[in-house]
Amino acid sequence: MKIDASKPLEYATEENSNKIFGFWVFLGAEIPLFATLFTVYFVMVNRFASGPSGSELFEIGPVLIETFLLLSSSFTIGLAVHAMRHGHKKAMMVFMAITLLMGLGFIGIEIDEFFTYVHEGATLQTSGFLSSLFVLLGTHGAHVSFGFLWGVAIMIQLWRQGITPATANKAFIFSLFWHFLDVVWIFIFSFVYLKGLM
Amino acid sequence: MNKKGPLYAFFLSLVLLLPGCSSLAVLNPKGPAARTLSDTIILSILVMLGVLAVVYILYIFVLVKYRAKKSNEGYIPPHEEGNVWLEAIWIIIPIIIVAFLSVVTVKTTNEVENVAAEYKDQKPLVIYASSSNWKWHFSYPEEGIETVNYVNMPVHRAVEFRMYSFGTITSLWIPQLAGQKYAMSDMLTTLHLSADTEGSYIGKNANFSGKGFAHMEFEALVMSSKDYDEWVKEVKETAEPLTEDTFKDLLAIEHIGRKTFSSTHLTFSPPPMDHSEMDRDMDHDQMDMDNGNMEHQDNKEIHPSPEPSAETEFDGEPNPELDQPLPSSPVEEHTSHNSN
Amino acid sequence: MDLERFKVHGEPLIYGAMISIALATIGIIVGLTYFKKWGYLWREWLTTVDHKRIGVMYILAALLMLFRGGIDAMMMRLQTAAPELKFLDAQHYNEVFTTHGLIMILFMAMPFIIGLMNVIIPLQIGARDVAFPRLNAVSFWLFFFGAMLLNISFVIGGSPDAGWSAYFPLASLEFSPTVGNNYYSLALQISGIGTLITGVNFIVTILKMRAPGMKLMKMPMFTWSVLITNIIIVFAFPVLTVALALMMFDRLFGSQFFTMANGGMDMLWANLFWVWGHPEVYIVILPAFGIYSEIIATFSKKNLYGYTSMVFSMLIISVLSFLVWAHHFYTMGQGAMVNSFFSITTMAIAVPTGVKIFNWLFTLRKGRITFTTPMLYTLAFIPIFTIGGVTGVMLAMASADYQYHNTMFLVAHFHYVLIPGAVFAVIAGFHYWFPKVFGFRLNDRLGRHAFWWIAISFNVTFFPLFFLGLMGMTRRTYTYSAETGYGPLNMLSFVGAVGLSIGFVILVYNIYWSTRYMPKDTNGDPWDGRTLEWATNSPIPAYNFAIVPKVETRDAFWSAKQDNIPLFEGNITKIHMPSNTGKPFILGVIFFVFGFSLVFSLWIPAILSGIGILIVLATMSFDRDHGFYIPAEEVIATEKKLRGETV
Repeated sequence: MKIDASKPLEYATEENSNKIFGFWVFLGAEIPLFATLFTVYFVMVNRFASGPSGSELFEIGPVLIETFLLLSSSFTIGLAVHAMRHGHKKAMMVFMAITLLMGLGFIGIEIDEFFTYVHEGATLQTSGFLSSLFVLLGTHGAHVSFGFLWGVAIMIQLWRQGITPATANKAFIFSLFWHFLDVVWIFIFSFVYLKGLM
Repeated sequence: MNKKGPLYAFFLSLVLLLPGCSSLAVLNPKGPAARTLSDTIILSILVMLGVLAVVYILYIFVLVKYRAKKSNEGYIPPHEEGNVWLEAIWIIIPIIIVAFLSVVTVKTTNEVENVAAEYKDQKPLVIYASSSNWKWHFSYPEEGIETVNYVNMPVHRAVEFRMYSFGTITSLWIPQLAGQKYAMSDMLTTLHLSADTEGSYIGKNANFSGKGFAHMEFEALVMSSKDYDEWVKEVKETAEPLTEDTFKDLLAIEHIGRKTFSSTHLTFSPPPMDHSEMDRDMDHDQMDMDNGNMEHQDNKEIHPSPEPSAETEFDGEPNPELDQPLPSSPVEEHTSHNSN
Repeated sequence: MDLERFKVHGEPLIYGAMISIALATIGIIVGLTYFKKWGYLWREWLTTVDHKRIGVMYILAALLMLFRGGIDAMMMRLQTAAPELKFLDAQHYNEVFTTHGLIMILFMAMPFIIGLMNVIIPLQIGARDVAFPRLNAVSFWLFFFGAMLLNISFVIGGSPDAGWSAYFPLASLEFSPTVGNNYYSLALQISGIGTLITGVNFIVTILKMRAPGMKLMKMPMFTWSVLITNIIIVFAFPVLTVALALMMFDRLFGSQFFTMANGGMDMLWANLFWVWGHPEVYIVILPAFGIYSEIIATFSKKNLYGYTSMVFSMLIISVLSFLVWAHHFYTMGQGAMVNSFFSITTMAIAVPTGVKIFNWLFTLRKGRITFTTPMLYTLAFIPIFTIGGVTGVMLAMASADYQYHNTMFLVAHFHYVLIPGAVFAVIAGFHYWFPKVFGFRLNDRLGRHAFWWIAISFNVTFFPLFFLGLMGMTRRTYTYSAETGYGPLNMLSFVGAVGLSIGFVILVYNIYWSTRYMPKDTNGDPWDGRTLEWATNSPIPAYNFAIVPKVETRDAFWSAKQDNIPLFEGNITKIHMPSNTGKPFILGVIFFVFGFSLVFSLWIPAILSGIGILIVLATMSFDRDHGFYIPAEEVIATEKKLRGETV
């Protein structure tokens, strides 16, 4: 592998830069995916049949905590990449761990939220509105959960192999993914929760 | 040109094979809407034949002239990058053709989506056409009668079909009278047509709807106004009223012959709203739209309660479309009569 | 457990299919064991990451599916050949036309094109492989096992029966209670993920791995078409992913997306399906345009006329393809305004398509045209596809469409578009690039025979359908009465279909015959080609090019030959290669089990295989295999051997 020292480590080989570009293209595919889910949600938003509407269902408290966790984790993954660029393996690991823990917290609150909904009788089967809500939130949540597992796998590799072009590349791509999930969440927060609460 | 020879022989034999234009139902219209469409189709065929001719002539010319043969051995084709003017020609001329056809499309689409010009001043006869499994129900709210698998209508009269479905998406199509339109479960669609020749026309469901699809046909009988009035009178006098239980049984059946009733199911099972109402209600208050849908959904399962609005607390006004056409009252006794 | 769900009853045809599937499987297993080919199969094919071998596997699978879909087509044409035939009942006819559509579009046309892409694109851009060779193998195996999942539905549990467009509520549990549409949602999902990965892979390959000097506007037209196609894939397939997921939730978990009660909306499915479905048409047609451009240039010995406008017309088509979806349901009652908008966007596509037709005609003009088999398919494409195109404009007119919609006229139209537009193209490409991959040509005489059978029979089969549509015959009708008068034209169409199948049998016989008797090509350039794929040896060595070519002009190889510019400069050095891996294959198998379990709601195997998928992905992440190097001496030796020199 030819390593180009003039570039950041995650871009240092041709394979690395291809992977980063490829991941951007993949995120390009994630945009229509979530856009479609949002469209479905907007079409369904007033079709709550005999079930509850958004304003009856949503509670701002847990949602604010979720938002806080995810936005902060986006910041800490940025710090992790910053530490990586400076070769600080330990700092990088710590920031990644914080990121993943906040992600885990997010998933926990979301699962609790789902349980609350179901407990109140608002299930996937209740209405078109709830189906679209659960699938939109669930898809995002599944992404975060997958991201958590992926992040753990990358941390294990970092811990074993140190910061190499290969691991730096993976960590950087992971950070792109994590930022993307954050952006999607901002849309969910504004257009699902805030709009629903209004 | 060994290539085109067999092709043309084939097309020629095809034309000869055709049992004549009259069997092409679409090009043999019996009403203003279908005539508009038939004219549009023929116009577009002529334009397209022109396009085909240009392409085919050029195609045959280059293949004949530039094919590799003994006489042009050693000929080295030139390097050509393209030609701005030539390319401009085959961009601009198609744009003109497309623009022309767009104008035709917009004009004719608006025409067939509204009452035909010659019947503009009439109040259209409203017929609700609903599909269930592989049957069609035709309800005449003004007359207070309902038929299954056949529809009668007066000649020279604007008719407005309002369509919806008790199940899969179907498409009501009477090719000689008008183009088709979908009947769906949560939206009312409208089809305007009128006939200017008396006669019996084939109507069918054009949209695949499962096992019984191939047999989902009905007869559209266009009769003189006098005959029509007599038929309505006869039905009112002789047919049984349609009760909720009968209708429920009727919906469950897969196939059935013709049926005639002296009342409609619209009284106890109102149709969904149409697009324009949905939009209007959207502007007013989003709540209303959803209630409209819910109301219909409840009724689709033939809710035992005769008051669908009692189910929902928000219901301010019932479906306005239904207010006037409801039949006066189906209390009079009728002897049963099925016309088939 | 309730075994009844797995059975398909009745029909001797289905028992026949079961027996033939069982016999073929036993035959393959016995054959592999007898000839001791298991190791070879595993090492050289199942674990390969070589783009050429993956391409060949795609094409083989597509040919297999062509015959599966073709048999479906024959059954339909036979059933409707005369009034009131009792060959198939309604349910089986419905299953047959549904799988015919799905298989021909998703498991024949697309993989055939992706196969050609795989073989040719890295060669055309002077690269050693695609950007992500292992992901490429993942793509293939996901596609393959997705296709297999759909195919077993015929004998286990029942096929989807709601049409390839699977409109709700017809495709809902209420109206389609068999597992058929579960297969639909899962098989398409699995292979769709594979296609999406292909899209990402080829965009990166084309944008980042071109030979030095090959600017975007110097790329061969096929490469351009593939780039644009893959951009469409990346934007269109996620919509399908979502639509299929919602379908699966509705059918397996009782959600209310497309239901008739509780706020569901059946029209939403139609919209989502066609937002993907229409771009999908261009996904199979644009690469075909690319293939034709290559073949026309090669066999008229001229460069492509109007290169720039060719590229821009494809870009415009790709944008418009996302703006026309509602023309598939003008009759849904959305009003004259909306319909007019979609009519105009749809007709607008005729303009860039027309540009392409005229540019091809002007490429032929002043050329020296030779009529080889690939060129014959290409030349037949122009007049036939033009009929498909002009009828497309007719269908685009919303008002007129009220009369064409759902009729045989529509069926005739899209066969006139897709068969010359996609099938002829892949056959032409197959004949054209066959010698590159295998080192010998297909026999031209047999090729011509097959061509004439196919080209003429195609018209005999589908031209009558235009008239049947105008007579009022609806599509997807399994039978009709004699009074309708549909009989004679349907019979003619059936005769055509028989001719088509004769053509395809000759085509396959040609592959067999040529493998046995055709002489080897030695110089790697049998057609006097213009683009880089002809600059390397045939069959292609694993590393594609011993030295990476340097490109200066559009038809790089042609101008190198004309002006004696050396393409390959420098010394042969060691070449880095990715190593083979069995993980993509294993991933495909587990996805198959996962999909099958979900189809039958077998939750425990589904959860276990779901975890299995995560484990395989994790092991792929932990993989530290960075490939290997082929030493320079070995490359030199291979090159000499391929050129027929003694080592």
